[in-house]
Amino acid sequence: MTAASLTGADAETKMPLKRRLKQAERARQIKALALVLPLLLFLLFTFAGPIAGMLWRAINDPEVRHVLPQTITALAEWDGKDLPDEKAYAALASDLQAARAAGTVAIAAKRLNYALNGFRTILTSTARNLKTLPEPGTAKETLGRINPAWRDRTTWTTIKNASGPVTGFYLLAALDLVRNADGAIVAAAPDQAIYREIFARTFLISLGVTALCLILGFPVAYLLASLPPGRSNLLMIFVLLPFWTSLLVRTCAWIVLLQSKGVVNDGLHWLGIIDEPLRLIYNRFGVCVAMTHVLLPFMILPLYSSMKAISPAYMRAAASLGAPPLTAFLRIYLPQTLPGIGAGSLLVFILALGYYITPALVGGAADQMISYFIALYTTETANWGLASALGAVLLLATVLLALVYGKLVQGQQVTGGMKN
Amino acid sequence: MLKRNIALGFAAAFSASAALITVAQARDLTVVSWGGAYQEAQKKVYFEPFKKATGIAMNDESWDGGIGVLRAKVQGGAATWDVVQVESDELAVGCDEGLFEKMDYSKIGGEGAYIPPSVNPCGVGAILYDFVLGYDKDKLKDVPKGWADFFDTKKIPGKRALRQGPKTTLEIALMADGVAPKDVYKVLATDEGVERAFKKLDTIKNDIVWWKAGAQPPQLLASGEVVMTSVYNGRIDTANKNEKKNFGMVWDGALFTLDSWVILKGSPNKDAAYKFLDFAGKAENQAKLSENIAYGTSNKDAAGLLQPAVLKDLPTAPDNIKNAVEINVAFWLENIDRLTERFNKWAAK
Repeated sequence: MTAASLTGADAETKMPLKRRLKQAERARQIKALALVLPLLLFLLFTFAGPIAGMLWRAINDPEVRHVLPQTITALAEWDGKDLPDEKAYAALASDLQAARAAGTVAIAAKRLNYALNGFRTILTSTARNLKTLPEPGTAKETLGRINPAWRDRTTWTTIKNASGPVTGFYLLAALDLVRNADGAIVAAAPDQAIYREIFARTFLISLGVTALCLILGFPVAYLLASLPPGRSNLLMIFVLLPFWTSLLVRTCAWIVLLQSKGVVNDGLHWLGIIDEPLRLIYNRFGVCVAMTHVLLPFMILPLYSSMKAISPAYMRAAASLGAPPLTAFLRIYLPQTLPGIGAGSLLVFILALGYYITPALVGGAADQMISYFIALYTTETANWGLASALGAVLLLATVLLALVYGKLVQGQQVTGGMKN
Repeated sequence: MLKRNIALGFAAAFSASAALITVAQARDLTVVSWGGAYQEAQKKVYFEPFKKATGIAMNDESWDGGIGVLRAKVQGGAATWDVVQVESDELAVGCDEGLFEKMDYSKIGGEGAYIPPSVNPCGVGAILYDFVLGYDKDKLKDVPKGWADFFDTKKIPGKRALRQGPKTTLEIALMADGVAPKDVYKVLATDEGVERAFKKLDTIKNDIVWWKAGAQPPQLLASGEVVMTSVYNGRIDTANKNEKKNFGMVWDGALFTLDSWVILKGSPNKDAAYKFLDFAGKAENQAKLSENIAYGTSNKDAAGLLQPAVLKDLPTAPDNIKNAVEINVAFWLENIDRLTERFNKWAAK
């Protein structure tokens, strides 16, 4: 079609050249787009879609609205200062009757229980004991008699706060914050405020593991880059072999090595260095060791590729100009490896942030990272709102870090950090 | 225009292939259980004989539990499982959320065939099992008598293992602190009771290794990493039978619970599923399960078919259930989130 428009087009159409050029250009663009379209669709369905879904779940709050619609409507004009009026009580009674018939009471109860512990019992027992709809005008009294909680303002503000359709409840909870009865955002109760600490722990472990990988990986990458090809290939296999081994296998191998009657402790004992076995596993030490081992190849490979590209002539030139080895290394060699260091560190750090299996198997109860809690709320307690909110906070923090990294390395890529 | 057409074409092709995939999924009956030694036993006495007896094709998978998994399967509209064995809290929540088919007892021998606690509108009991105190007889001179000894590091030095999380851990701590098994949940329902449990846990905090999967405690005992652990009673039995271990267990103050079979909502193999449940619900088949792995079963007549030697090691034996507590599903549904946060706060201190 495009070929036709370029050759025989002059004769049949009197289109100006500019427009024909535009058309040809557009056809080319469409072709290019058609080529990347499968990938685009794939990414959309498998990556962007689920992430959008997760972010939506973090703020979506449909349960109570769906189960107690009349109550939500009646509470819309309630100012939250005193107890709501008779109308709200009657609406709740009729909602509960309908919900009990439909078997949906537990769905609202579960959601309200997140905000106010004990709400599950309040709602289910009220629904159970509400045999018939109360006479008009007596709903307030009847509900109060069934459960005194209905005479408490907090019970009602909890329902109002959960009326949806969107809520900040889960995101606040993921940051250890709650909305109190008056709608002000306050810190969560101390025995439930754990997430900031866990985020901090996650970042700390990831940072530590990244530093360890850099310290261990840099010399290895240097060796790989400077050896003659035959020997460096052999070494490279040693780097890649663990890289190709299953994560679970490597983690379990560390359990065998580090446990109190494991290889390491037995060896030290046999050598007479220790009498009592050292505690090397089910603590932070074990997590850092195992994660560093698992993530090391991700550091070595980018470093190696950046070092491969550095010409040895630079170091020789520095030496011939009288620079001592350390100075030459710090001022000539190191700056040129910065892109590799940056890429490797970012890769290891972001992978470490999401680690789950390794800390779960070799860590103690105080070494679980945020992914453990996301998994716990996703599968075990099915609190998907909180799981999504924790995921959203982690995603945001990771994206911010990636942006900072991008700003830091901008302009260093081409010159290897050497500005003229 | 052209761009849109291509996009539409792709979308059409995509949805057509997706539709084809779902149509092609007229699959065999899939039964899901807990894996490990338990599922091996089930294969031997339920799955294989069922296939032989009925000629129905079925396959079995294993899972690690979690109501979220089932919710995702059912709500995603592509449940690849039919019959799943679930724990008691999964049964309760899934029943509330409408994830399971209502159990039609007329197809599986009637409600009267089963022990009362195992009859539920959404499922039917499969096994009754305990969390017991397990230890290695070869390594301990002093044999623990109960949870109080578990917390006594002077009498029995060494590390101990408990299940990570508040469930079972807090009950065990209270019993160790002298609360009678029948009063555990009454005490735990109060703030003081929770305080008391955590205080008791504080006393051995540095000696606890936390396990996460049922297969871990026997491994921890076998490797000598811990001297005592909370453990599913069947795992101890299996380790003794198959690995020639010499593990012991304490029934006093054990926590028992039921697992049930459910049929996932919208299962395309409902008839086959009921045939399977009927087969797995028969007393003679259940008795064979107890002979292979030390779990109590749900059919009223199953225990009567067992040798006394087998019966004495079952959770359902009168002596063993005398001082055991049933894990309180309602309590944990209400408090699991709060106490999980609390537990992790405590662990991080």
